[in-house]
Amino acid sequence: MNMDNYIPATAKGAPAGMGIDPVATGEKNINMDGIEETTIKMSARNLDVFYGDKQALFGIDLDVPERSVTALIGPSGCGKSTFLRCLNRMNDTIDGCRVEGDIRIDQSDIYDRALDVVELRTRIGMVFQKPNPFPKSIYDNVAYGPKIHGLAQDREELDHIVTSSLEKAGLLKEVADRLESPGTGLSGGQQQRLCIARAIAVSPEVILMDEPCSALDPIATAHIEELIDELRENFTIVIVTHNMQQAARVSQQTAFFHLGILVECNSTGEIFTSPSDERTQGYITGRYG
Amino acid sequence: MTENNTTDAALRLRHKRYASERRFNIYGIISIAVALGALCLLIGSMASKGWSAFQQTYIILEVELPRDDLAPQGKIDAETLRDVNYVSYLRKSLRTEIPGVKSRRDQRSLYKLLSSGATLGLQNLVLNDTKLIGQKIKFAAVASDDIDQLVKGNISAGKGGKVSKKQGDWVKKLTDAGKIEKRFNTNLFSNGDSREPELAGIWGATMGSLLTMFVTVLLSFPLGVAAAIYLEEFARKNRWTDLIEVNINNLAAVPSIVFGLLGLAVFLSFFGLPRSAPLVGGIVLALMTLPTIIIAGRAALGAVPPSIREAAIGMGASPMQVVLHHVLPLAFPGILTGTIIGAARALGETAPLLMIGMVAFIVDIPGSITDAATVLPVQIYLWADSPERAFVERTAAATLILLTFLILMNLVAVIMRKKFERRW
Ligand SMILES: Nc1ncnc2c1ncn2[C@@H]1O[C@H](COP(=O)(O)OP(=O)(O)OP(=O)(O)O)[C@@H](O)[C@H]1O
Ligand SMILES: [Mg+2]
Repeated sequence: MNMDNYIPATAKGAPAGMGIDPVATGEKNINMDGIEETTIKMSARNLDVFYGDKQALFGIDLDVPERSVTALIGPSGCGKSTFLRCLNRMNDTIDGCRVEGDIRIDQSDIYDRALDVVELRTRIGMVFQKPNPFPKSIYDNVAYGPKIHGLAQDREELDHIVTSSLEKAGLLKEVADRLESPGTGLSGGQQQRLCIARAIAVSPEVILMDEPCSALDPIATAHIEELIDELRENFTIVIVTHNMQQAARVSQQTAFFHLGILVECNSTGEIFTSPSDERTQGYITGRYG
Repeated sequence: MTENNTTDAALRLRHKRYASERRFNIYGIISIAVALGALCLLIGSMASKGWSAFQQTYIILEVELPRDDLAPQGKIDAETLRDVNYVSYLRKSLRTEIPGVKSRRDQRSLYKLLSSGATLGLQNLVLNDTKLIGQKIKFAAVASDDIDQLVKGNISAGKGGKVSKKQGDWVKKLTDAGKIEKRFNTNLFSNGDSREPELAGIWGATMGSLLTMFVTVLLSFPLGVAAAIYLEEFARKNRWTDLIEVNINNLAAVPSIVFGLLGLAVFLSFFGLPRSAPLVGGIVLALMTLPTIIIAGRAALGAVPPSIREAAIGMGASPMQVVLHHVLPLAFPGILTGTIIGAARALGETAPLLMIGMVAFIVDIPGSITDAATVLPVQIYLWADSPERAFVERTAAATLILLTFLILMNLVAVIMRKKFERRW
């Protein structure tokens, strides 16, 4: 599928379904010229977001490549979280929030009326800034998603999903002997990894992370960064971070937001070595933000 | 020098802060002491007045049960046993106990020592155990309310009072002979209302209260919780929901008698539901309790941290699943507390029930929600209005029992909250 075929359209104007099968396009890694290239997993075109009368995002165009990490950076209040929350339609739950423009996953419009938002959120998982495990046992925390989406046939399969998710999140060793104790009793870093395990238990295609390390100490942060690097092999990851080193370490693509505008988006190496915009330059060298 | 000044100023500031903290503590302790004192005074006065009602005076009589009357030709059948004139046995026994009462007037006043309920007691005794027929048995006959009061020392004999000088002498004679006994007042707990204080009990009113509460909770709890969930979790916040919220708050402040008028006009007059029935009382009290439950429920739901909701939504839980799996379990203790407090208020409510006829004099124990019934607080109101001296202590006793129920309910609220409370 060539990206040239891709016509930006507003969410409301787009005809239902656009006739593109998301599964078929998701597998294609080869463009018309026969050259292998990274597939675009998610894309935003001309995205405007309003909170009441106040506009928070202005005409954002951004592509998220598959099986890689995209970092969103920028000063506080520039709209990084807002953008992230558009990607799995968490903004729907905020009264007075209005989204205009076009966001696609595997070429299908996520604001399509025919699309089931609950199903969308199983494809796009989310990890929040503050660890927020359910006040249930560690096991139940991870098992919750598979349970409500019927991903496990029996208890054995569920056990398997839970342990393998905890394993992938690098938490299994620490909690293997106390799966029935409350998830809220873990340390902050462990709780955050529990939240990551919970998110990957439903095998999403995309994982959104909003400052997942901001409440953690350097060791726990290093843990999670390693984890993100491993998860990249199977998942598409979008991460918001205030930590420039972190963005440089974990991401392949970086997008710099400023006052609701996407200033610059490029490969991480490019952004951190030779940014094209002087605002980006100023931000990453710590002159403001 | 300047350093010293600032330290002094800081020190003074600190002393002032400590002093104001101490003062605030003292105010708090005083107000709690006043509240507790008032409560103790209430319960204490009720207990001191009502305590004696838990005992009842009995006259121990030797009663002959002649075989000729009760089992003519040696045959025992229920009909005869029911038709026999038991009063005459009691009176005869009383006359042997106090000999020398000749004139008809004196005899009549002698018989008045006994309650009319004594006859019924003897009949039941014989019906239950026919082996007693033909024997001379010891029977504890319920004394009349005036004698009861005399024995308890609440009134004295003669001087134109309820108990004549002669009656007083007879009672004294019986007491000296050890024939007067005070026993635990089972009638108070097992009977319905009665014109005779010594036979009146609160069981009818208690059943009425239970049936009414049953209807109230059955209606108001699901409706209230559903309304709270809808308003807090699903409804869009706009002018309409604001209007609804304001009106629910207003509804909570409406005087309860207005709900009674509503019940009278709508449920009795328009829908033709039975008067004095726990069904109607329950509906009226449910309407009154509903706003309390909705307000408490919304507060409890609102107190659940939004991060839990976000986590569940992010996991792809549907709005219904978010509420049922996560928000409601966390809010449940609060909702329960609100419901029990609302129900406790409804249990103590009198005014609206007066309007729908639950103030009638009802002797039978209600067995279903459509039977005529009264409730505990109305029973208290009725007894408090009665002229007999013996009803004074029964009013206090019934109040104690009602208070016990209320305290039990609040205890249940506390225990439930502790049991279901989960930390996060
Ligand atoms: N629920 C909301 N209602 C109204 N305005 C909001 C809401 N959430 C965010 N905003 C506004 O939208 C703008 C972007 O906010 P956003 O949370 O996306 O910033 P951010 O880049 O994530 O900042 P930070 O790095 O501090 O998290 C801000 O000006 C903020 O005030
Ligand atoms: Mg943010």
